[in-house]
Amino acid sequence: MNHALVQLAAEAEKENPLIPPWPELVIGLIAFVIVFGFLAKKLLPTINKVLEERREAIEGGIEKAEAAQTEAQSVLEQYKAQLAEARHEAARLRQEAQEQGATLIAEMRAEGQRQREEIVAAGHAQIEADRKAASSALRQDVGKLATDLAGKLVGESLEDHARQSRVIDRFLDDLEEKAEAAR
Amino acid sequence: MSADPTQTLAFDTSCHLFDGCGFPAPGLHSFMFEPLWGDADGNGLYFNKPMLLALLGSVIIVGFFWAAFARPKVVPGKLQMIAEAGYDFVRRGIVYETIGKKEGEKYVPLAVSLFFFIWMLNLWSIVPVASFPVTSIIAYPAILAALVYVTWVSLTFKRHGFVGAFKNFTGYDKSLGAVLPLSMTIELASNLLVRPFTHAVRLFANMFAGHTLLLLFTIASWYMLNGIGIAYSAVSFVMVIVMTAFELFIQAVQAYVFVLLTCTFIQGALAEHH
Repeated sequence: MNHALVQLAAEAEKENPLIPPWPELVIGLIAFVIVFGFLAKKLLPTINKVLEERREAIEGGIEKAEAAQTEAQSVLEQYKAQLAEARHEAARLRQEAQEQGATLIAEMRAEGQRQREEIVAAGHAQIEADRKAASSALRQDVGKLATDLAGKLVGESLEDHARQSRVIDRFLDDLEEKAEAAR
Repeated sequence: MSADPTQTLAFDTSCHLFDGCGFPAPGLHSFMFEPLWGDADGNGLYFNKPMLLALLGSVIIVGFFWAAFARPKVVPGKLQMIAEAGYDFVRRGIVYETIGKKEGEKYVPLAVSLFFFIWMLNLWSIVPVASFPVTSIIAYPAILAALVYVTWVSLTFKRHGFVGAFKNFTGYDKSLGAVLPLSMTIELASNLLVRPFTHAVRLFANMFAGHTLLLLFTIASWYMLNGIGIAYSAVSFVMVIVMTAFELFIQAVQAYVFVLLTCTFIQGALAEHH
């Protein structure tokens, strides 16, 4: 066996290790083409598609999150706008109510004033009428009393109507003059 | 290549230290395999272990990505997550970084296939029973480098036209003045002749050297397993472990470098001003 190895070694010296025998080139080519064929035509395109899908899934998730965020933002703004509008509306209503209250109070005050004036005026008229009635009644009573008194005092019957009425009138005129002077 | 067809191990196991036989050092013969089928003599068709490993590597890579990506989910399972991490590493870490996202997308399948294919072929080095990096045979890096070469050279012509491609290859720059012809000659040779060669050899030589080192320490561990040699054997065995870990790292790095260079070449081909 040793002899065979030495012989093999001797033959190997004649072989140049840098000169490739063609059957091995062919097998090398075939072996590589098998690998390249499967990888380039079938397996790498398949995995690339999946890698692309994965990338899209991740980016899609990010896009979705962004969309949700912008939507939330817009909803918030809408809500804020509505709130501001409601506040404005409330302020306006309050203002309106205040104004209405004020006019109502003013109206009522005016009405009260008018009623008071009416009452006062009616009172005045009543007082005037009463005074007039009292005055005329008084005139009669005072005349009669004075006549009776005078008749008694004088002792003479003042039955003469003419005289009687003259005396009364003079008395009353005196009274009126005094009253006017007093006024 | 017409050795003992019964040979299945990389070295003669009957030989030990103090037995009077020499150290069966690893050499070029360690990279020669008896055909499993057919005849390697002449131009005959044959099928050997590295070929089997290369095809098996393809099947494993396709199987792995098939299991991970054939029915992908938007929320990935464990396997899909691991495969996605590997895919993303090449796509973002290599292709987008060198060519850019817009232009680079077209070359992602090439880069991903190259990376995992080469890594798998490298990984065979430390898989028990396989124990052989397929890329340490020049034919495999060479055919891959050739594919890359065809890709970027044709791309240069397509993108810039004949004159533009020539300027691209030669690094045409008027401001160089008198040195321009010299510079152009060097650039042309460097880009069109040396580049594909170094591209293939870089991977090949790294894996070749790595496998040789592993073989050296493995054979030594076995060979010295006699008498006082057992102590040395233990040291050698520790080295086997250390080198295996180191190879694991180198295998990934070399696959990465190969793909990174591929992307750099494509980027150079796409560049407006070289």
